[in-house]
Order: sequence, then structure tokens, then C-alpha cells
Amino acid sequence: MNRPFQTSRRRFLIGAAAGGGLIVGYQLLGRPAGAETFLDMTVAGEAPLNAWVRIAADGTVTVAVPRAEMGQGVYTGLAMLVAEELEADWASVRVEQAPIDGVYGNIEILVDGLPFLPEDDGMVAGSVRWMTRKVAGMLGLQATGGSTTLRDGWEGMRHAGAAAREMLISAGAGKLGVGRGECRAEKGRVVHPASGRSVGYGEVAEAARRVELSEEPRLKTPEQWTLIGTSPARVDIPAKVDGSAEFGIDIRRPDMLHAAIATSPVFGGTLKSYDATKAKAMSGVVKVVEAAGGVAVIADNTWRARQALDAVAIEWDSGENGTVTSESIFARFARDHDEGDIDTHRDDGDVEEALAGAATVVEAEYRVPYLAHACMEPMNCTALVDDHRAEIWTGNQAPPLMRMAAAEAADLDGDDVTVHTPFLGGGFGRRSETDLAFQATAIARQVPGRPVKLTWSREDDMRHDMYRPAALSRFRIGLDAAGAPVAWSNRIVSQSVVANFMGRLMPGAPMLLKDKTTAEGAFDRPYEFANQRVEHVVSETHVPVGFWRSVGHSLNAFCVESAMDEAAHAAKADPVAFRLALLKNHPRAARVLQTAADAAGWGTPLPAGRGRGVALHRSFGSTVAEIAEVTVRGDGTLKVDRVVCAVDCGRAVQPDGVVAQMESGIVYGMTAAFYGAIDIVDGAVAQGNFPDYEMLRLADMPVVETHIVESGEPLGGVGEPGTPPIAAALANAIFAATGNRIRTLPLQKAGFAPAGVA
Amino acid sequence: MIRITVNGKPHELDVEPEMPLLWALRDELGLTGTKFGCGVAYCGACTVHVDGTPTRSCVTGVGDVDGAAITTIEGIAGRDGDGAPLLHRVQAAWIEAQVPQCGYCQSGMIMAAVALLDSNPNPSDAEIDEAIDNVCRCGTYQRIRKAIHLAAG
Repeated sequence: MNRPFQTSRRRFLIGAAAGGGLIVGYQLLGRPAGAETFLDMTVAGEAPLNAWVRIAADGTVTVAVPRAEMGQGVYTGLAMLVAEELEADWASVRVEQAPIDGVYGNIEILVDGLPFLPEDDGMVAGSVRWMTRKVAGMLGLQATGGSTTLRDGWEGMRHAGAAAREMLISAGAGKLGVGRGECRAEKGRVVHPASGRSVGYGEVAEAARRVELSEEPRLKTPEQWTLIGTSPARVDIPAKVDGSAEFGIDIRRPDMLHAAIATSPVFGGTLKSYDATKAKAMSGVVKVVEAAGGVAVIADNTWRARQALDAVAIEWDSGENGTVTSESIFARFARDHDEGDIDTHRDDGDVEEALAGAATVVEAEYRVPYLAHACMEPMNCTALVDDHRAEIWTGNQAPPLMRMAAAEAADLDGDDVTVHTPFLGGGFGRRSETDLAFQATAIARQVPGRPVKLTWSREDDMRHDMYRPAALSRFRIGLDAAGAPVAWSNRIVSQSVVANFMGRLMPGAPMLLKDKTTAEGAFDRPYEFANQRVEHVVSETHVPVGFWRSVGHSLNAFCVESAMDEAAHAAKADPVAFRLALLKNHPRAARVLQTAADAAGWGTPLPAGRGRGVALHRSFGSTVAEIAEVTVRGDGTLKVDRVVCAVDCGRAVQPDGVVAQMESGIVYGMTAAFYGAIDIVDGAVAQGNFPDYEMLRLADMPVVETHIVESGEPLGGVGEPGTPPIAAALANAIFAATGNRIRTLPLQKAGFAPAGVA
Repeated sequence: MIRITVNGKPHELDVEPEMPLLWALRDELGLTGTKFGCGVAYCGACTVHVDGTPTRSCVTGVGDVDGAAITTIEGIAGRDGDGAPLLHRVQAAWIEAQVPQCGYCQSGMIMAAVALLDSNPNPSDAEIDEAIDNVCRCGTYQRIRKAIHLAAG
């Protein structure tokens, strides 16, 4: 790699600190390593203006994107924020994955995880948020998740672009020999309107590096935007239609070997013994090793490694969990519902008194199963280890965590590990886990100097996931004689995702705050009841749980919005009107619901066997309403005719991307609602591959119609909020069509699923 | 020795005949555009054309296609007068409709769509549903339908 600016590195850092944004620059001052790494990635003729922007002599703008592209469009969205303020010519903008550094940390992801209501502006919530921002700034955790990328990048990326723009204007004015105040930036050029002369960014980028800005660059007003709010073609798509996009599984290195690994089918089980005699004699096998608690075969080809692994006779010690089943887990949940330690997430008014005085009490119990992520790209990681260094290549959502795991596996310092993040063939939370980085490095360490690509089978992927938690959720909803809701009580039992995740990263670390993810979507929904209580009981099992697209919202939205439908029907009220009555102080949510209802023709008659169901849910700063319309045939087979979706995500940076994410979230949620179930039998996962864990396919894809409701409120996320409402919308539609209330997912187990291709 | 032609180029492979074509393409020939998704012919990420027929390469032994002409995602674009790649109309439609998200299933999707249009130049929605049973976890199905109609023109 060329390092043309090595001699002026100090100069760059000072320039970046002053010019890289008085606002974003403080991070550079404290943690200059990111700027240095970015400088190392600079090629001849390029000028780095700050840690996010480099400009080449031909005017090409390179934006360093510190988040993972897993289909959610962040390469495009974040580059748009920079380009908008930079006044770049969009056609000359390219994107590069940023290296690991504290300057690229995600602050929003930690703030959003705090267990407070979005409306809570009180002292405690306010000060904890403030402290979390400070700590998050210091931690500098680069992570992609929680639908935070655009929210977190909204200020910083625009400031990075604005600072670079001001530096370029100064340099351009100098070159044109005119005053800086007489110039402006336009489409990649510094323009002097009075003389009609202009100079391209590429011609003055080198000089711009030396500009020190004296005042804070001003951001454009929304009226001045030309890029934000439009839908340029996504920058990652061309490589994804010709086979050239490089995913982790596609990494090829000189002298690379391939590996497959077997670990205990029962979570927490240990290796008792193994006999690799036969495997060692097989074609292409280089070595059979013990690694990361399992047995791995290293061979010259992915398939040969797998074949040989299948020939290793392994005995496992299942430990104490070899008899656990889904049934025993739910029996424990039911017991802990009554006997476990309760975390109260919300307690307004006097719920028990209101229930005692209610004319009707709706009682219901909902159950949801464990779910696997099942990313299309099976989990994989390539690692190269020698005495002093390690390098890994893996599609991942948290490079610093991958580095930590690889360093531990190779017994090295984190500084001696390089992490490369290619495209992710799906993430959905799964690729924030460090298991592959650890395993691959532990295996590669045993063939020093040779890169080893560890590829999991689909079965490995399904049986060794960190699952969406199974849960039990009970409701008691009180209605008065007129059918008006007067009390809402909800107690949920499940494992804690955050405790599980943190326990894997830092065993023994205490949980300082209750886990918001367990009750999110249940305690923070916008509906107002005078008396309401939402509680959670943590009930741990040996099944590892993790972040699954929309996390707690994925299950709580189903339970809450189904229970809400039950209450509406008990009150003999229209489900949309019933909800609107509870949203009097939440005009934003009410408007989203009304938009979806109007677009779906809510209330217009449907023929027998057809029904509409509605669900409204607020998550990750956005509010989404979905209305599903289904046809249920006599045999229970079902067709989803249409899904109407309305979303308020504040404003849409790239509207087509918002629409794409709603479509995506809905399909992900539909697959889970209809088919998704990971069952535990004898302590292990029963499902193994797609035939046991079915996916929605094209034949069952309804028309999805998305309406963006622009509110101008702070930016909300879009990667996840489309998922939570769909399961309830479907179940409520099935109820409307058939009178069957389904309280346990997946819907297929109750006999309602798409017919598929005949 | 197994002889196959891949994207017009002949290759000799000294591998076990039962090695799936998928792994021969990816690991032996370095053509990584064809993807591994399930290994059981369910998801279609590994779809290639064998003598023009869409085929799940993860369950097709390379010995079973000895002598065949294989086309992969890397081989469907044409060439213009200067030898630069010229996108297949299905690829162009995929960009126009902004289909891919993570993109991992899209090689297989595009290969299935190309084969469909080769045999049925103007398919109905029902015919598309029937022909394309590949899995997309990002849920790009609605745009896939749209892009196939665009490509059918």
C-alpha cells in the first residue's frame, strides 16, 4: 500500500482536528488511530480531509463507511449524508469499508438500549442517557444493529461532509485567486459565480488538506437538500448482479485451506472422545484438530473438509441438559411466571383495583418459539495466524468484538489482529456474535502462516445459533360496561438477550440495568391506559439467545397487538377505532394507523373466507402500521392477498430504501409467523435445514404496499421496524376470516399457512 | 479426469466425481459467484445452467456433468465491441428495479430468471411463481417479479 502522506501525518491530524469538524473533530483529537489507519488506506494522489472523506486527483470522492452492508443499504445512505453536505457529484462518490477505530463508534445503539420510555424526559432518564452518550463515545464500539446506522450517522456524517466542503471552498478560492466568501460549492466543484470560473475538487483537494477552518461549518437546511429525500441507485447493487460482490464465504487467499467443525449438539456439552483415523486418510485432508471445544478437519477444499468431518467418530458429554425439551422449557416459564423475580417495566395507576372493578376482563396467554436467524450466507470466517499477528475476514456486525475474540483465540493483543469486513449475506443480529471469529482463529492457529476458511453447513447454522428467545406472555385487560379499556396487565417470561450476549463476551460481568429488550414493545407502546402494568420475569435455560431482527419487539408486538385485538372484539369495537381511542395524545401513531387504514380500505366489506387484520407498533424510533388481507380456504390453506404498510421514520433519507426495508421486514416476519419454530428435543435443536425450517417463497409473496408518512421528527430506524407488526396483523386477519384466535406461533401449527406452489 | 466447459472455457478437473459441481466451481475453479446456501437443493442459491437447464449445483456431482457446458452468473453478460461486459437484460432489469438487498441469493435468482425467460419469453405472475422457488431471506420477491416483467419487456 502506498503511503504518500506519511511525512505530513502530524499535519493531517491537526488539520483533521480543526477541519474535520469542530463537532466531530474532538473524537479525532482523542483517538487519532482511526485517522492514521484511514491514511494508510489512502492511495497515491488522494487527499484525506478527515476520517470519513478522501478526494482523488480526478475528483473521485471516497467515503469511509464504518457500518456493515448487509442489504439494508447503509453504504448508500451514509454516503448520501456526506455527499449532500460536501456538494459532491453523486456519480463520483464511492464507498469503502472503514477500518476499526474509536472515531467510528456507534453511540445511538447504546442509548437506544436503555430501559426508558421514548417520552421519558425526566431526570433519571435524561442523566443516564447523557452518561451513556459519554461512555459510548469513549468505548467507540463500531457496531451495526438496532436500526441505528442512519440515526447515529445523521449528525456526524453530515458534519464530515460539511467540514470537507468548507476546506475545499477555501482551497478553491485560493486557486482561483478570489475571496473565499465569493465562492460556493456545487457538484464537485468550487464555483466563483461572479467570474463564471470554477475548479474541480480533485484539483484543490491536496491544498484543502492544509486549510484550517476558523468557524464551525454550517449544515444545510432541509430546503437546501438535493440528495437527501431522493432515491439514487444503491451503490452496492451492480456487484450483486454479476457475481463479483465478495461475501465472507468468497474470500480467497494464497495457500488457503478449508475447515469444517463439529461442536456438541447439546448446548454446553463437552467433547468426550473422538477417532479421526478414517478421516485422516481421506483425500485432501491436512489435519484433524481440537479447537474451541470441538473437532475440526482442515482440508484443501470445503467439501472434502465436510466429508472427512462426517467420518470422524465423536462422542459428546451432554452434561446436565441432555433431557431438556421445548415442553420442559415452557413448563419452567409457566412456573417462573408465578414464582420468579419480577422486573417491573411500567406501573401506572392501580391495575388490580381497576381490574377488580372492570365489567369484563379479557385473559389470554400467548406463546412464541425460539427462532433461528438463517442468514442466506452460512456462517463463516477466514483466519490467518502466525507468531505475532492474526488477520481475519468475516462478514460481521461488530469488528471490535471480532478482533477481541480472534485475539483471545490466538493469544495475541487486539492491536495485533486485523479484521476485514466484506459484504454480509444477511446479518439480522446473528453476525454480531463472535463464535465464528473465535473458532476460525483457534483452528488457523494450528496451521501457522496458512489462511483457513471455516465454513459452517446449514445444519451447523441452524443448530448452533443464538436464537430469538422463546417466550410466554399473559394478559389481563379490563373493560368497563361501555367497553372502554380501563386496565392493562401484561407479564412476560423469557430469557434475557442482553445478559446472554454479555455473558458470552464477558463471563461473569454483572447486569447494571434491567434488560430492556425483554419487555420492549410491551412497556413502551404508545397506547395510554390510566392503569397499566408491564412486567418481565427472566427465566434462563441452556439455549443461547441473541439479537434477532427487532429483538424483543418481534415477540412482544405479536402478543400485545393480538391481545389488543381480543380486547377490541370483547368491547364489540372496531379494531382500528379501538386503538385510535387510546392514541389521543399520540398523533404521530394515530396518523400512521389512519394512513394504513385508509389505504387498505379498512371497513369495506370482504367476501366470506376473507379477512383483514391490523397491527400498530413503535420500535427503534419509528412507528409502523400493517394491515394484512387474507383468504382462508376450506382446508385451512391460506393466501395473503395484500399487506398495506404505513411507516413514520421521521424523514426518509432514501425513500426507496425505506420501502425496501419495509418489504424486507414484512417478509422476514411472515416467514417467522407462518413457519418459524426451533424446537428443543433432548437438549438440542431438532431442526436442521430449510425443509424443517421453511421459508416464505415467491409464490406466497403478497403485494406489499408501503406508504411513508413524513413527520419531520427525529430520524427513526427502518431495518427492523417492519418486522414486529406483521405476525399480529396476520393472526388478526385469520381471526377476522375464520373466528379462530391463534395464541401460539407459528401459525402453521394451528393449521394456517400459505398453500405454496401446487 | 472430468472435462467441463464453464462460461465457454474448457476445464479439466482431477477431483472425485461425487464432489458437487458447486464446490468444484467455487474451490477448484475460483468462481465464487455461485453460492452455497443449504446443500440440499432447497434454496436455489447455487443455481447454474447445465447445457441450458437451471440446475442446483450443490447436489449435482461434477462427474454427472462430465462433458457438459456450464453457465454461471459470471458468464451471462455479453461483450460489447471493445470487449467490455455488457449486462444481460435480466441483470439490467435487476438494477433498474433495485432488487438485491444483501445480494447473496441473487446469483441463483438471476440464473433461474434467465432460464425462465429463455423458455418462456413473457411469463405471467403465476408462471413466475411456479418457476422460481429460490429463497430470498431479505424478501426481495416483489421486486424480483417486477424485474422479470421488465426484462421480458
